[in-house]
Amino acid sequence: MFEATELNLQNQRRERLFRTLFLAMTLLLILPVVVILAMLVYKGGPMISMDFLLTEPTNGMTAGGILPAFVGTIWLVVVALIASVPIGIAAALYLSEYAPDNWLTRAINLAVINLAGVPSIVHALFGVGAFVIFFRFGTSILAASLTLAVMALPVVIVSTREALQAVPQAFREACWSMGATRWQTIRKVVLPNSLSGILTGVILEVSRTAGETAPIMFTGAAFFLPFLPETVWDQTMALSLHLFVISTQVPEVPEALPYGVALVLISLVLSMNAVSIAFRVYLRGKKKW
Amino acid sequence: MSETAETRAEDPAGTGAGKISVRDLTIRYGDKVALSGASFDVYENEIFGIIGPAGSGKTSFLRALNRMSDMTPNMVIEGDIAIDGRPVRSWRNVYALRRRIGVVFPLPVGLPMTIYDNVALSPRLRGIKSKAKLDEIVERCLSRAALWDEVKDRLGSLGSLLSGGQQQRLTIARALSQDPEILLLDEFSIAVDPVTTMRIEDVLKELRSEMTIVLVTNLVQQARRLADRTAFFLTGELVEVADTEDLFTGNSKDPRTRDYVEGRFG
Repeated sequence: MFEATELNLQNQRRERLFRTLFLAMTLLLILPVVVILAMLVYKGGPMISMDFLLTEPTNGMTAGGILPAFVGTIWLVVVALIASVPIGIAAALYLSEYAPDNWLTRAINLAVINLAGVPSIVHALFGVGAFVIFFRFGTSILAASLTLAVMALPVVIVSTREALQAVPQAFREACWSMGATRWQTIRKVVLPNSLSGILTGVILEVSRTAGETAPIMFTGAAFFLPFLPETVWDQTMALSLHLFVISTQVPEVPEALPYGVALVLISLVLSMNAVSIAFRVYLRGKKKW
Repeated sequence: MSETAETRAEDPAGTGAGKISVRDLTIRYGDKVALSGASFDVYENEIFGIIGPAGSGKTSFLRALNRMSDMTPNMVIEGDIAIDGRPVRSWRNVYALRRRIGVVFPLPVGLPMTIYDNVALSPRLRGIKSKAKLDEIVERCLSRAALWDEVKDRLGSLGSLLSGGQQQRLTIARALSQDPEILLLDEFSIAVDPVTTMRIEDVLKELRSEMTIVLVTNLVQQARRLADRTAFFLTGELVEVADTEDLFTGNSKDPRTRDYVEGRFG
């Protein structure tokens, strides 16, 4: 009575087929990540030591450590964050909570999306023109970080706006209808409940900023500079550029060295992500509806 | 007019207008008319019922009353709504206007903060900081909303995780924390169990002596149980306003009202 028809069987076979197909694609997706990490650990792992992290490069960058580049990357990322996070969140708050739906808002939204699509080398040239030359910041951490900030802004704006939009409209209406202003509503209800989503955007920005090479190449990152930066007006080495330099510009670099630098760079990014993700999980556990 | 309604319907100021007076009110969303040419009065300390099928302009009227229309793109208000004789559109400080009007929504909205903070939110927005004063307001409002006994031991847990019926009473407590002169309820029982509905109805009967209540409902019998007078809205038209008893005893002027309250359509 309940025997499977030919059509039933066919549907079941198809179900299995597609399930397997999609699973295979997913596995294919994480394969490069696993391979990259494994390679880096295998080839670069032996390089990692306290000495490697805490000394300057020597012998024309074919030996020694990476301290100036490591510290420089942290400087660049932190200054870029300080510049872009407040501006990005403010812009996202305006677009999400205040802006009327008119041609101007739509134009701004379009501009934000297009800004995200600008190639990083174009950002680099913009940074040279705007920050290095026009604002007379010279080639400095400030100029490089601001260039990175401009590049990262769309990421922060779009992800923050999405986090804000995820807060149900009913919460806003309830707040407004009891006489709260838009700002009071944002402060009491919208921001506290979108913080974890906003953090995601900042995580993305950190990852992107730390790894970028082109935007800092002409604006503040140095080829070789075995001193630690002291102010934002100094030039600095950076991990990403250092990796590029020792991989392509310097002769007779031992094979393990670039892998070691890459491993440090990716560990830096992953550990920053881990901290933010832990914070997000903590926040998400606290707030619910 | 029944005896009680007549005394309640008296207008102390003698201006001929009620607590809320609506004149030639037309509400549009772009080209779409939600309510056209409605005129009626809501008197002080009455429960004013508004019945009618979905899409008849009931909620739009509430949004026009507390100027939430400002926050709604394309919503156009023509004609006048006045509270105590003062047109709502003339309020520069729309926040002060909204503070005088408590709102309860169809779906319960427990804000994702503690039960205590839900009720203390409006007083805090008004600048009340004293812990003792806030404690007093929270207890009073939760008690009046018939929720205090259920939550007094867990005021620190999330208001948004209460059951639907509890959240709706929390919403009422939050509205009461505004010390409103007018309480608007928009189909409050739509997501609430019958027992809670009856408890809330009892609360409303008690609140009537202190404030003016506008009760939008799609339950005709709820209007009959609670409202002193009732307006029937139908597809954007105010069909009639009458004493609730008259509407339900076959004394309505318009045959469409009789058909609706007797359940022939809607």
